[in-house]
Amino acid sequence: MTASPLIEIEGLRVLFHGHAGRTTHAVDSVDLSVANGATLGLVGESGCGKSVTSLAIMGLLSKRSAEVSGSIRFDGFDLLDVPDDTLRDLRGNRLAMIFQEPMTSLNPSFTIGDQIIETILRHRGGTRRQARERAIELLRRVHIPSPDKRIDEYPHKLSGGMRQRVMIAMALACDPRLLIADEPTTALDVTLQAQILDLMRELKAASGAAIILITHDLGVVAEVCDEVAVMYAGEIVERAPVDELFASPQHPYTVGLLGSIPRLGRRTAHLATIEGMVPNMANPPAGCRFAARCPFMIEACIAAPPPLATVSPGHASRCIRAPLEKLVS
Amino acid sequence: MTALLEVEGLVKHFVAARSVFGRPTAYVKAVDGVSFTVEAGKTLALVGESGCGKSTVSRLVLRLIEPDAGIVRFEGRDLGTLGANRLRAFRREAQIIFQDPYASLNPRMTVSQILTEPLALHDLVPAARRRERVEELLRLVGLEPRFARRYPHEFSGGQRQRIAIARALAVEPKLIICDEPVSALDVSIRSQILNLLHDLQNRLGLAYIFVSHDLAVVKHIADRVAVMNLGGIVEIGDAEALFAEPRHPYSRALLSAIPVPKPEAKRSRIVLEGEMPSALNPPSGCRFHTRCPYVIARCRTEIPLLLADGRRHATACHRIAELPAPGAIVPADGGFSPVLEQLVAAFSDGTEAAGRAGVDMSDTRPPAVRS
Repeated sequence: MTASPLIEIEGLRVLFHGHAGRTTHAVDSVDLSVANGATLGLVGESGCGKSVTSLAIMGLLSKRSAEVSGSIRFDGFDLLDVPDDTLRDLRGNRLAMIFQEPMTSLNPSFTIGDQIIETILRHRGGTRRQARERAIELLRRVHIPSPDKRIDEYPHKLSGGMRQRVMIAMALACDPRLLIADEPTTALDVTLQAQILDLMRELKAASGAAIILITHDLGVVAEVCDEVAVMYAGEIVERAPVDELFASPQHPYTVGLLGSIPRLGRRTAHLATIEGMVPNMANPPAGCRFAARCPFMIEACIAAPPPLATVSPGHASRCIRAPLEKLVS
Repeated sequence: MTALLEVEGLVKHFVAARSVFGRPTAYVKAVDGVSFTVEAGKTLALVGESGCGKSTVSRLVLRLIEPDAGIVRFEGRDLGTLGANRLRAFRREAQIIFQDPYASLNPRMTVSQILTEPLALHDLVPAARRRERVEELLRLVGLEPRFARRYPHEFSGGQRQRIAIARALAVEPKLIICDEPVSALDVSIRSQILNLLHDLQNRLGLAYIFVSHDLAVVKHIADRVAVMNLGGIVEIGDAEALFAEPRHPYSRALLSAIPVPKPEAKRSRIVLEGEMPSALNPPSGCRFHTRCPYVIARCRTEIPLLLADGRRHATACHRIAELPAPGAIVPADGGFSPVLEQLVAAFSDGTEAAGRAGVDMSDTRPPAVRS
């Protein structure tokens, strides 16, 4: 990792204020950093706070319902503490995002060309003709066949895979430094997923942008990420370089997740399961949030919240029983 | 061995457009000549991308929609000839579980009502004993009997899928069609449902037709696998053989596209170019020829037949004899380091000791619905 990270998140906390004074702790003291040109995978199951983290970075959470605190340093700004105008200048420009659902994230009443050109004109200026040239070039870069014709089509004419390519083209329009991809391939078939992942790798190599890839699929993480952060119940429970995480995970939740995926190379009668439920985030437990579902739980786990402690250089786990190897040897 | 279910030459074309006089002008060839058999107590998986016709096949087998041509025989009886009463009797033998447990349970019925309905409809259990049977069914799928009085919205996705499974089991079927039963669920919940399906098959001798696009899941659960592309089966064989050495170029591409949870895995990757052609206007000849890396002139004109070898492994490809060996498409080992294998084993032992059959029942309502 290089000396100064591109984006540095410290103590990010997001609270949602609901009905009758109910407060949901969606994200709790999250620290993350991504270096220039690196890909960070943010992994976890539904409701663990991974998407909320990305929306907080983009400044897309409604100020009325969400209370965001901590700091997000990006390119000399604190994103949580800049005026809306500055944020608007950054978004779509140096900060870009691809959403999960390519069906709903494009405006159905404008051509895809209009939607890409709008971004270019807003941030780069120039004439409409130049912007159109650039849009065609972008569509070519994401391998859309006959881009000079496709640019005038409406989103409904395109298949899911094509729409996701358009979303990527739009995100790349102003050469972002950081690209956040929230489950970019979840809605796609495996063959299309392979195409899109290849495309992301190729574009990253060409542009040197950093990527935060949000996914629940550990297979996708293994294929494209350099570093991984595993989230559970609003917290990061483990952070490690990708090889480390898959070779020797240091949090029981990560072990459970890895064990519960059916594996191609091996047939077992039973997959590992993680019993129980995610804790109620309106009232999170005082100690370790995974303790109630953890087979390695001891008294000390429920007494106090465990810190995210370093197990080996670059590898941190929020488990007081780490290193886990000593539990099985 | 006689098969439980035999399907021969199944065809279903949906009308996609009509002229002003109501005459059909375009068809979607959703299923075009599909044949397979399912043996009692075994699992056949139908895999393929969205729109390949796998869900249509599952509905045709149950006669939820009527086929245009083809024969479905269940225990030797031709289902196409059954009248309404006999058809209803057949529905006792074969059931279906759908993908989305949020949509497949009636929100206005309690779990007890949902499970009692099939019992009453087929007059299986006298009214006085039905409550007992409902409790038995809930226990069978790892839910507590006291949940019978709750409504579906009070359960999480995994629990709802268990209720859907209990409903299918209520009539004591021989065959259950599982249409993407785990694709709407989180990974840790998915493994619970897969384990449950596996246990139920062993205990009750059920046969499954398992429809899925997730090949790792299919590898885990299937005895035989049929790979579908654009309304036809391109390869069918025993799961072990098909995953070890996929023959059809499409099967190879599908298998090689699955991301494996192993960062340093070395394997040959076949990334298909282009998109799946539309079933409205399928390509001539072999329907895979537009995306196939091994295409020759013959593929564009002549439809390849599904030809079996001596070991019941059939492939529909003109170039089957000339294709290169598949290489390392699926990583040979389990993909995990020895330490991780031990940790996973320890993790499973720990959670199994805590409660083998089911989920923690202390707090059943998902946080999202508690308002």
